[in-house]
Amino acid sequence: MNHIVCIAYVPDTETKIRIAAGGVSIDEADVKWIVSPYDEYALEGALQMKEAKGGTVTALTFGPARADTGLRECLARGADDAIRIASEGLGEVDSLGVARLLAGAIKALPHDVVWMGNKGVGTDAQVLVPMLAELLDLPHVNLVTKLEWKDGAVLAYREIEGAREIVEMPLPGVIGATKGLNEPRYASLKGIMAAKKKAIAVKTPADAGVDPVTVAGEAAHVRWTKLELPPARQAVKLVPGDDPAKAATELLRLLRDEAKVL
Amino acid sequence: MKSLFEDLRTEEQRALAETVRRFVSAELRPYLAVSPPDEFPRRLFSRLCAMGLGGIPFPAEYGGGGADYATYALVLEELAVAGGALAGTLSVHGLPQLILSRYGTEEQRRRYLPRLASGELLGAFALTEPETGSDAAAIATRAAADGDGFLISGNKAWITHSTVADLFVVFARTGEREISAFLVEKTAPGLTPLPPERKMGLRRSPTGGLSLAGVRVPAGALVGRPGDGLGIALAALDSGRITIGALAVGLCRGALDAALGYVRTRKAFGRPLEKNDVVRARLAEMAARTEAAAALVREAARLRDSDRPFSAAAAAAKLVATDTALFVTAEAVQLCGATGVSEEFPAIHLFNDAKIAQIVEGANDVQRMVLARALLS
Repeated sequence: MNHIVCIAYVPDTETKIRIAAGGVSIDEADVKWIVSPYDEYALEGALQMKEAKGGTVTALTFGPARADTGLRECLARGADDAIRIASEGLGEVDSLGVARLLAGAIKALPHDVVWMGNKGVGTDAQVLVPMLAELLDLPHVNLVTKLEWKDGAVLAYREIEGAREIVEMPLPGVIGATKGLNEPRYASLKGIMAAKKKAIAVKTPADAGVDPVTVAGEAAHVRWTKLELPPARQAVKLVPGDDPAKAATELLRLLRDEAKVL
Repeated sequence: MKSLFEDLRTEEQRALAETVRRFVSAELRPYLAVSPPDEFPRRLFSRLCAMGLGGIPFPAEYGGGGADYATYALVLEELAVAGGALAGTLSVHGLPQLILSRYGTEEQRRRYLPRLASGELLGAFALTEPETGSDAAAIATRAAADGDGFLISGNKAWITHSTVADLFVVFARTGEREISAFLVEKTAPGLTPLPPERKMGLRRSPTGGLSLAGVRVPAGALVGRPGDGLGIALAALDSGRITIGALAVGLCRGALDAALGYVRTRKAFGRPLEKNDVVRARLAEMAARTEAAAALVREAARLRDSDRPFSAAAAAAKLVATDTALFVTAEAVQLCGATGVSEEFPAIHLFNDAKIAQIVEGANDVQRMVLARALLS
């Protein structure tokens, strides 16, 4: 089977976010970039399937040159090929634009399973999985925590409120991975050395069959108008617990009168 | 703290350093926080081996990583940021691999190197004795010819991995002026590890004595020729010094991180400690000395990687890096005040490990002797 894994190269979840001048983007100075953790579950799922049944794994992203480091990491973990659709010079592209660019690139590749995380931790829009499936005219299953492979289909387990849903999806299809699906591997020393010798194919939007003016700038349906940081967290208030009954009463009073959550 | 010279690393070195950092934060630190303080982290050692880090600079044809010493040193440095034990394990585990790679027969290499690199076997280096440490030529353990093999008798002391190793390289006297090296498996009858020493640091790395009471080994257990032992031991220690230097640099970085974290949050005299000029000057000094030690270790590794004589350079690197580590970790303890001496906080553990690093792999006065000999020869 041929697996395509779409990855987002995003600020590390531990990076201290600052808002850039202009107020609609983050200040990228000193930001550490990582492969989005949810996409790591997707990559691991594809690698495990390749190891079990053979095939190839191609890592795909849309982004600037720094994203090559993320692709290189995917190669080091065991992906066979990597493709980056270059975002340089495009300006702001919304989720639908990204989905069109990725879909355009995927259509030119043999693909049985298209993988990605259910969300990127960058903008957290959580819309790419269904958008991509729609544009590729493929079924999709999202928020997957377990997979069982059958001939020409896959059983996908999803945690839903109070229950577990099991969905059978014919292949080819799109899988949105989430936490719990697997434990992503580390790149090995040999993998890192071998990744050095693999090439990353850099493509233009036109290569993906998309005219940039139809996805970027004014063509974007969703645009950032303002970014602001969450308010600073208040200091923790400790309720003395010498007398548990009294402490519980005091806690209830605080929750009702001060926090106003009861 | 990342190196000021991070940008000089190759792309692969950066990727590897990043991978090790992830391992440290996702697995090593959580493990250290909840496990008994003297438990040997065999599972984490196995995880490192699964990442291909069990035999980084040893030949790929025998399962090693086929990388250079600079890469090996980088991994040890990144691991030691959280404390010296696991880095120390990879360092000591490297000694039997180095000895087998360089002096072993084809059969010995095939038999042991792949299993050492994969972590199936954990290696150890048994040179020191109750009466001899730095003076390696004075060991008393004897190996007497016995039919088609040898009978080894004596006592070893301060052997890293004494209770957990699977394969020991044991040095023993085969004649009045002759020391030889032998491979001894942990199951050999007559080999008994003594209870580990109770040390101030590196407590997760069990270190203790070995009793060898007529341990019979076959002729095939001899490494090199009879009488090669001292040369083999000293060559292994030369390379090992680079790894202890790298470990020490990691301790420095860990201490600096601990100090930076503390001064950013602690207030004194109405303002954060980080605004205090005395504190800032100390941090700068710690960082500058750390980078100087790191540069020396890197250069010693590079010299070794270029196949030139590196013995004096390795001695200088070990001496400076471990002395620097004691300085930087002591400064971290001092800057953190009472918190600095709390066992709940990393600074004191890094300090304790740094003191030990000055003593292992040839005490620092031995490094001075090696250097002085090179200067005056």
